[in-house]
Amino acid sequence: MFETLILILDATLRVSTPLILAALAGLFSERSGIVDIGLEGKMLAGAFAAAAAAAVFGSAWIGLLFAIAASVSLALIHGFACITHRGDHIVSGVAINTIVAGLTVTLGLDWFDQGGQTPSLTGDARFTPITFPFADQLADVPVIGLIYSELLSGHNILVYLAFAMVPLTYWIVFKTRFGLRLRAVGENPHAVDTAGISVALVRYRAVIICGILCGLAGAYLSTAHNAGFLKDMSAGKGYMALAALIFGKWRPIPVLCACLLFGFLDALAVRLQGVSLPGIGEVPVQAIEVLPYVLTVLLLAGFIGKAVGPKAIGKPYVKERA
Amino acid sequence: MSQAKVPAWVSVGLIPLLNILLAFLVSGLVFLAIGEDPIEAAGYLVYGAFGYDEGIGYTLYYATNLIFTGLAVSVAFKAGLFNIGGEGQAYIGGLGVGLLCLWFDSSLPLLVIAPLAIIGGALFGAAWAYIPAYLQARRGSHIVITTIMFNFIASSLMVYLMVNWLKAEGVMSPISRTFEESAWLPYMHDIFAPFGFDIGDSPLNLAFVLALLCCVFYWALVWHTRWGYQLRTVGTNPTAAQYAGIDNAKVTIWVMLISGGLAGLVGVNEIMGVNHNLLLNFTAGYGFAGIAVALMGRNHPIGIVLAAMLFGALYQGGAELSFEIPTITPEIVVVIQGLVILFSGALENMFKGKIEGLFLRKAAA
Amino acid sequence: MTQQTHPYSIELEGISKRFGTVQANKNIDLQVPAGTIHGIIGENGAGKSTLMSIIYGFYEADSGSISIDGQQVSIRNSQDAINVGIGMVHQHFMLVENFSVLENVILGAEGGAVLKQGMDAAREELKRLEQEYSLDIDVDAIVEDLPVGLQQRVEILKALYRGAKILILDEPTGVLTPQEADHLFRILKSLKEQGVTVILITHKLREILASTDNVSVMRQGEMVAHRETSKTDKEELAELMVGKKVRLKVNKDEAKPEQTVLSAKDLSFFDGQGVERLKKVSLDLKAGEILGIAGVSGNGQSELLNVLSGITPMASGEIQFAGQTITANAPKNAAQMRDLKMAHVPEDRHKMGLVTGFEAYEAAVLGYHDSEAYNGSVLMKRSAMLEECNERMAAWDVRPPNPHLKTANFSGGNQQKIVIAREVEQNPNVLLIGQPTRGVDIGAIENIHEQIVKLRDAGKAILLVSVELDEIMALSDRIIVMFDGAVVGEVSANEADERTLGLMMANAWNEGQGAQA
Repeated sequence: MFETLILILDATLRVSTPLILAALAGLFSERSGIVDIGLEGKMLAGAFAAAAAAAVFGSAWIGLLFAIAASVSLALIHGFACITHRGDHIVSGVAINTIVAGLTVTLGLDWFDQGGQTPSLTGDARFTPITFPFADQLADVPVIGLIYSELLSGHNILVYLAFAMVPLTYWIVFKTRFGLRLRAVGENPHAVDTAGISVALVRYRAVIICGILCGLAGAYLSTAHNAGFLKDMSAGKGYMALAALIFGKWRPIPVLCACLLFGFLDALAVRLQGVSLPGIGEVPVQAIEVLPYVLTVLLLAGFIGKAVGPKAIGKPYVKERA
Repeated sequence: MSQAKVPAWVSVGLIPLLNILLAFLVSGLVFLAIGEDPIEAAGYLVYGAFGYDEGIGYTLYYATNLIFTGLAVSVAFKAGLFNIGGEGQAYIGGLGVGLLCLWFDSSLPLLVIAPLAIIGGALFGAAWAYIPAYLQARRGSHIVITTIMFNFIASSLMVYLMVNWLKAEGVMSPISRTFEESAWLPYMHDIFAPFGFDIGDSPLNLAFVLALLCCVFYWALVWHTRWGYQLRTVGTNPTAAQYAGIDNAKVTIWVMLISGGLAGLVGVNEIMGVNHNLLLNFTAGYGFAGIAVALMGRNHPIGIVLAAMLFGALYQGGAELSFEIPTITPEIVVVIQGLVILFSGALENMFKGKIEGLFLRKAAA
Repeated sequence: MTQQTHPYSIELEGISKRFGTVQANKNIDLQVPAGTIHGIIGENGAGKSTLMSIIYGFYEADSGSISIDGQQVSIRNSQDAINVGIGMVHQHFMLVENFSVLENVILGAEGGAVLKQGMDAAREELKRLEQEYSLDIDVDAIVEDLPVGLQQRVEILKALYRGAKILILDEPTGVLTPQEADHLFRILKSLKEQGVTVILITHKLREILASTDNVSVMRQGEMVAHRETSKTDKEELAELMVGKKVRLKVNKDEAKPEQTVLSAKDLSFFDGQGVERLKKVSLDLKAGEILGIAGVSGNGQSELLNVLSGITPMASGEIQFAGQTITANAPKNAAQMRDLKMAHVPEDRHKMGLVTGFEAYEAAVLGYHDSEAYNGSVLMKRSAMLEECNERMAAWDVRPPNPHLKTANFSGGNQQKIVIAREVEQNPNVLLIGQPTRGVDIGAIENIHEQIVKLRDAGKAILLVSVELDEIMALSDRIIVMFDGAVVGEVSANEADERTLGLMMANAWNEGQGAQA
């Protein structure tokens, strides 16, 4: 039982990683007032770019750079539409998701001729598990051994990076000058403007950070969690990250908890497939899969707490006063 | 004020056209990037979509779905709402159609089942839109987010129902039994055959006529009824709506019901017209494509029909294209679709200021 | 900070600003002696706020120059203004509500990439500033939890923390209680003692007289007078502010008021921020009379119109109308009020009265779109709407008389005629009419005024809200003055003169009566 739990938690960490990265990406963007439903697209683009570059150059790290470049370019397009041209944030996000869904497969087929996938990645082209010191030796120690060697050790660098990003994000958002301006611009851009700060500049920086984190999430999908790019491999994770962002009320630590919860549900659903629980019978996998979305809707509707987003979110900033 | 002096053909003609052209131009670059000649590709596309009877039939079949979802997105837009949940509403609408067909296909004739299924599909789709609408109107939760969530919930619900309840006996894949022929919407080629017209075998069926009727319904509702008057007022000037004593929340709810109902009719085309059984993933992104159709069609039924035909042609032509040039996938059509959303949606203001300024200066000079 | 080498801390020369066809500022000259409190007074739309926005870098002037301490400066944005030592307290606070006081103060002046250091330094500095000016604020409090008066002090702190030598306050007492206002003026006085130059924009004469050293009066975009406060009085200022306007002439006979048709008692209303915008307003409106509501805009007139017409629900009080008692618990919405034959020409036709994207014949039925006259069982009767629109356009001389033209494409006067025709032609018993001639050309003004009088003579009750004093005086049979959400006086039209009304509007009439600012 304990071992099963550890295995589920271990899987939770793996599944949560892209959610955490993408949700933090969304946090930066939305805290600045830019709605981002394009997390999905940026992540998918990152996954494709990482796998493609890793396949060509044989290095996961070069893949990572390309993932970030691809994702940041899309973030800049989003910024160009929403910040510079005051376009609709949602429409722009949908456009990015749609373009990426088509473009990754189109380019993939052209470049690798494998039906839109990238070649399987091996060796250095993937991020491989990092084994902690003495993990093997400690594996047999009761309780702690399992936790240390199974749960904590043996993940790839991006998993650890994702978790490290949470306190870092917290620090940036709440303890730095940039964070102060970021939060201010999402709440009351007029206050920022009258304080002599460029609203557009702060927002552009926010969407670029969003792009970088989505790139990391994408690279994780194709070069760490999997060994190559598959069509639509983000499979709604961007939207789930958005849900986690809302569920975590746009704050880093609660967002992390939401991601872990959603990841846990995912891992649990896999485990419970076809398993009959005593007294309950077989729990439909779909009922668990759907929980993140149902919970988020309930939260939005104010049935469980209240999700109040940044006040100026989704509204283009117009300097002229009436 | 400046709006007043810009000629109408500029703001409703020239600028949207420029945006579309730019979208196609960038699409051309994508073709060049994968080493294909965009002109040649366009040739295959056009031939595939319009070059022969069967191709035209396929184009119109795809267009049918896109008209439904385009109208669905558009009617919500008109009321200032963004219904991004067309996908889920279409899915659940299809469930409604399928259930009615499964229940009544052996007991009722087509003439009874067809209207029942149409109403059922619309009602199921509307019901799926009702919850996000209610939550937006009464509890202030953002409809964009809730409708996205409802897309995923719909998808899981369908998997559950298909796998656990509706799967036909003795098959591995999650599809229902095939309906009796009394629950099949007639194919167009079957309708035309007795008159001596051979229009080629294609999935085009009577649902296409239903889609056109929906355009008429949309046109009449939006511009010729008091309800349309209310929804346009709410969509363009909510303060004036309050002044006029229009209940914004109420309008939000019934507009979303109509929107969801229209999206639900995709099920009539797909389930009753083509597949003749319930299955998974038959909505295939039509809900999202509806956004592109509505944007490009400028929220007018004629524009929506034209845009739906264009995208229908791209879907069908894209299939032809990937057959002729195997290095191109049909997904390239999705890229074009996305670019249209980007340029005529998100970036619609890009040229606006400059061009309008140009005309204003000319008018002033 | 107090070292002054030049007698004028700020000097404006020939500032002009035009928005489209509106000349908001016309060749403005202004000299503010260093270390004084300088009042700028004027009616709405006199151009005060535009002028201050130019000084603070929100707008760039079309021409003219700004000098600070004798040095000509160029102010292109707020940062420039801050750099030359200008601080501004906006009418609507520029605060991030869920931030602490400290966070709000340092925003834009954080003093380093990491907050900690700057915050600590700021905390010290704020402590000093607070003591120096007795500001009395908990710097760790969250702004949205603070009362408005304290929020305003945060704005002042923000400016001082940036080393402002010139502090501009735009209508600072609009949202304050009398006690808070008193405290504010004490703070301003101590600022002055420390050598800060204060510019106070207001329409309240009493404040000007009580707290300033000099006062400048603006009227219709121009600076019309400069006075030493000790050498002027409220009568003179009121007259300068309102001006000797050409009396509008409206031909009308003595009113023959009949029974009361609408009676409001103790109406109260709070806005979204919880500020009381209507304070127990009571009034009676009789058939056959025009009741004018005078007042500087923003003193509750708009809220009164909205509450009476059912657009926004009242917080308390009651309205007796058409045999119905309307209260907070038994409200009627705008459509129901229309059914009881109340018509309403709103103050802002763009925001409320029209849907500018609609064609004229559609806009001409807004609010009455459910009526049987325009509807069949399902479809609207387009031809009936068009026909009626054509008739009205002819009767009201709307140009161009094209019912298919987009409403946005008519001139202001013609748009207004479309709205007024729509409301008047419904043959209402009560007409609420706000700013009937705002943005309307001279020719149309006369026509609109005639129609209003005609309606009165037909025995209808008319409630007229206008910030144009001459319009109120020309049309009304009875005049009520509103100030700060409350009715502060009533005069009959025969007794009313500009000076009295001007004083009432500035709440400086008859000491001891009405609400105190």
